[in-house]
Amino acid sequence: MPVNWIALTVFVLCFAGVTVLGFASAHWRKGDLDLLHEWGLGGGTFGTLITWFLIGGDIYTAYTFIAVPAVAFGAGALAFFAVPYTTLIYPITFVVFPRMWSVCRRHGYITAADFVRGRFGNRWLALAVALTGLLATMPYIALQLVGLEVVIAGLGVTTEGLIGHLPLLIAFVILAAFTYTSGLRAPATIAVVKDLMIYIVIIAAVGVVVRTFGGFGPLFAAVPPEKLILPTPPAGSTGVYGVYASLALGSAAALFMYPHAITAILSSSTRNVIRRNSALLPAYSLVLAFLTLLGFMAIAVGVKAKPEYAALFARYSNQFAVPALILDIFPPWFAGFSFAAIGIGALVPAAIMSIAAANLWTRNIHLEFINPRATPAEESRMAKLVSLLVKFGALVFVLGIPKEYAINLQLLGGVWIIQTLPAVLIGLYTRWFNSWALLAGWAVGMAFGTLVVDANAFKNATYVLSVGGYQLPGYVAIYALAANLIVAVVVTLLVNMVLRPERRDATVAADYV
Amino acid sequence: MVHRIDDSPVRRKRPSPWLWLLLIPYPALLWVPFYNRVEPQILGFPFFYAYQMAFVVLTAIVTALVYAVTD
Repeated sequence: MPVNWIALTVFVLCFAGVTVLGFASAHWRKGDLDLLHEWGLGGGTFGTLITWFLIGGDIYTAYTFIAVPAVAFGAGALAFFAVPYTTLIYPITFVVFPRMWSVCRRHGYITAADFVRGRFGNRWLALAVALTGLLATMPYIALQLVGLEVVIAGLGVTTEGLIGHLPLLIAFVILAAFTYTSGLRAPATIAVVKDLMIYIVIIAAVGVVVRTFGGFGPLFAAVPPEKLILPTPPAGSTGVYGVYASLALGSAAALFMYPHAITAILSSSTRNVIRRNSALLPAYSLVLAFLTLLGFMAIAVGVKAKPEYAALFARYSNQFAVPALILDIFPPWFAGFSFAAIGIGALVPAAIMSIAAANLWTRNIHLEFINPRATPAEESRMAKLVSLLVKFGALVFVLGIPKEYAINLQLLGGVWIIQTLPAVLIGLYTRWFNSWALLAGWAVGMAFGTLVVDANAFKNATYVLSVGGYQLPGYVAIYALAANLIVAVVVTLLVNMVLRPERRDATVAADYV
Repeated sequence: MVHRIDDSPVRRKRPSPWLWLLLIPYPALLWVPFYNRVEPQILGFPFFYAYQMAFVVLTAIVTALVYAVTD
């Protein structure tokens, strides 16, 4: 595919614009960026609107825009699980995260592991939570870079060989530099631009559907019937129904355990900002629904059969469906704008993720285990440095390792991060669990989940539970979490029976309201 | 970090009964047989898609309602 100069020019201009914005953000609501709380949480000053953009930009990532429609394009209705998933997180958010915010604000916690350290007084449990966060975040950042690479390829710029890595490298350096100087303020301002761009792209795509197909009816009619809804389960099994529901529920429960989600939550200025946003954020889920339907549009337009896209389909398989569709239905300048929206959509979450990872490392590993005497300035400097390292690691990951690995590790990331739910989320409500029992449950859940995904040769994250000859296939994260909880309960009961361990809870009930 | 033990009797505020409303979306969206069919189509959307998208809006409305009546 030849270089699309018009699209490329628009793309580069948009990127240049957000780069300037990223650096200028350091001066917005000016705070002392030598304090970790200022650099890594934006001073905790974000109101309803900024938090709405920030969380929206954070959890609806470039990879979502590429991968979810790609599944719709290839497998059909199953991809739509993203819609119940991103809907069911908000009632949980509404109830749980104001508590989280309150206790963290009162004690100056900036990570989930900080909270666990205070609540259970066990540095090893906090270490497990921090390491899980780091482990799950790295492939997530790598995937953002994969999403960026796919749109760069869509511009007709070669992504092969040493020269081919150059565009990604440039985007990466920009990202690293503004994150370093501005901290969380940079992705917060860029998220506003990025989200508005995404909304414009989606409205335009719906416009194209109405104009070229005469509405959504003919669009769905072009989709093969077997892809349109889920297949009915065979006798003696819950079939795809169970997979669909457990993927939605498991992903929803996992999402707000991710460090980047918690960072965004903790940066809001009041409890009510979180409560209000729980009602406002579903707007993004509706956008995601239309985005998923882009996969069907790509089927209807028949992008895969077009010779000009064959090479890139061969390289990126179905992940090229959305870029191909954009090139096909939009004029070049708007294709460039759309690609920029997705590309900037990679920068925002990648920045927040690397900041969240840096906070975890600095607070829960460096300060706890390596240098407890670090001054606040040293703490902040360390975090900035680690944010660079984390991104560099992700870059090596993308350039050096086959892409399937990044995708599969991301799948596993969800299975891993949900194992911190008993300590973090249930910990917000009760300290009944013994901290060592939580650690044992965590270890069992991690091992079980990893073994199942490994046994599936990293192809999928489904586990089939057989109960009395009845097959219950489902997302392994849910099963691994169940194993985790059972172990945590049993070990707590045993420990309480044998010895009466002293509780070391640094928080009091009044901290949570 | 200071560790003190809080054994004071907890003055618990009773959670608002309105919060139960927030449970509605879970069975509605997780019980797939409720919506896994093509007919009836709504505005050209097969029922599978129309239903789930409607629940995005309904969940937002329910959450907004609960926000308004609780503190």
